[in-house]
Amino acid sequence: MSKIKPSKGAPYARILGVGGYRPIRVVPNEVILETIDSSDEWIRSRSGIETRHWAGPDETVAAMSIEASGKAIADAGIDAEQIGAVVVSTVSHFSQTPAVATEIADKLGTNKAAAFDISAGCAGFGYGLTLAKGMVVEGSAEYVLVIGVERLSDLTDLEDRATAFLFGDGAGAVVVGPSQEPAIGPTVWGSEGDKSETIKQTIPWDRFHFGDRAELPLDSQGNVKFPAITQEGQAVFRWAVFEMAKVAQQALDAAGISADDLDVFIPHQANVRIIDSMVKTLKLPEHVTVARDIRTTGNTSAASIPLAMERLLATGEAKSGDTALVIGFGAGLVYAATVVTLP
Amino acid sequence: MAATQEEIVEGLAEIVNEIAGIPVEDVQLDKSFTDDLDVDSLSMVEVVVAAEERFDVKIPDEDVKNLKTVGDATGYILKHQA
Repeated sequence: MSKIKPSKGAPYARILGVGGYRPIRVVPNEVILETIDSSDEWIRSRSGIETRHWAGPDETVAAMSIEASGKAIADAGIDAEQIGAVVVSTVSHFSQTPAVATEIADKLGTNKAAAFDISAGCAGFGYGLTLAKGMVVEGSAEYVLVIGVERLSDLTDLEDRATAFLFGDGAGAVVVGPSQEPAIGPTVWGSEGDKSETIKQTIPWDRFHFGDRAELPLDSQGNVKFPAITQEGQAVFRWAVFEMAKVAQQALDAAGISADDLDVFIPHQANVRIIDSMVKTLKLPEHVTVARDIRTTGNTSAASIPLAMERLLATGEAKSGDTALVIGFGAGLVYAATVVTLP
Repeated sequence: MAATQEEIVEGLAEIVNEIAGIPVEDVQLDKSFTDDLDVDSLSMVEVVVAAEERFDVKIPDEDVKNLKTVGDATGYILKHQA
């Protein structure tokens, strides 16, 4: 039997750099109130959201990703040519084939890096980070670019008062590379497909195009409503707060970190009420900095954790070397939590 | 031992006080959580989860929407508690 030479990776992996891109257009709650019967106070009290960014025609999924990635690569202090793989998590890139990751890898100037998209909703960053860590340690790539990017404004029903205010657009990216010491803890992740109906696209693309019009939802103009993301608010809230707090605790335990050792908590920015309740349920000490980027960014799904991470570091609320708990959770339902050292 | 109606109302009052800051004496059987006690749909989930733990009862999401008043919740817990 021939002997196969094993691959050789780094002893450990770490996040070396982070970058974000927020679309130029800032959308206040007043704009949302043009299409739903609600109030600024109601939106703020239920979600914490004051403003969000919506992408313009030129701020495509690829364009936003390239901007965020350029910053992450510069922050990591490497060249694009050194990147061996590009992993993009998105649910709002409207061309299924080819993956948008290949265009991003090319335009960034990588040297034919492996490139692919993943679909893991709001847990996409954690899923991508886990893949990246595996590649670096296993040796199939020295540096991996992980991007979370969304144009959720394209998948928002502006006439639905439960979700019209919720979503935003943007891209966040990190570079994962070799480390001499552990800097990305074990991932606690999973899926609960029995709850797949709680967050979903209203109608699949094939029904939108070819379905019987009489059975499809119509907007106030009488047109078939474009597919949008919808959710069962109370069920999602309960799952996110109480079940995800358990997952977050498991990630701390797996990393051998207590809540007292933690510097920063960066949960997926789904809703400030979920964040506040998680903090309470986890009994996080006062000294832990909690990301509440949702106030001015909205829910950007896979992009929310790297965007919040970038902002905390940029404002000085968190610093390089801090120990952070990150947890993403969303449509699937899927989740992923891990403890990382901030770049 | 199963809780009495009086104990359940008292327990719910403490929970609502803790979560929404409503004075315990305001939590009466005929009060609506949303209209009278300022407990919104998300706080209601927190109240339900706290009540589940306190009274050893399961209140599934599909039943939560039927619990409009303190009396509804008390009746539900009386009927379903272990």
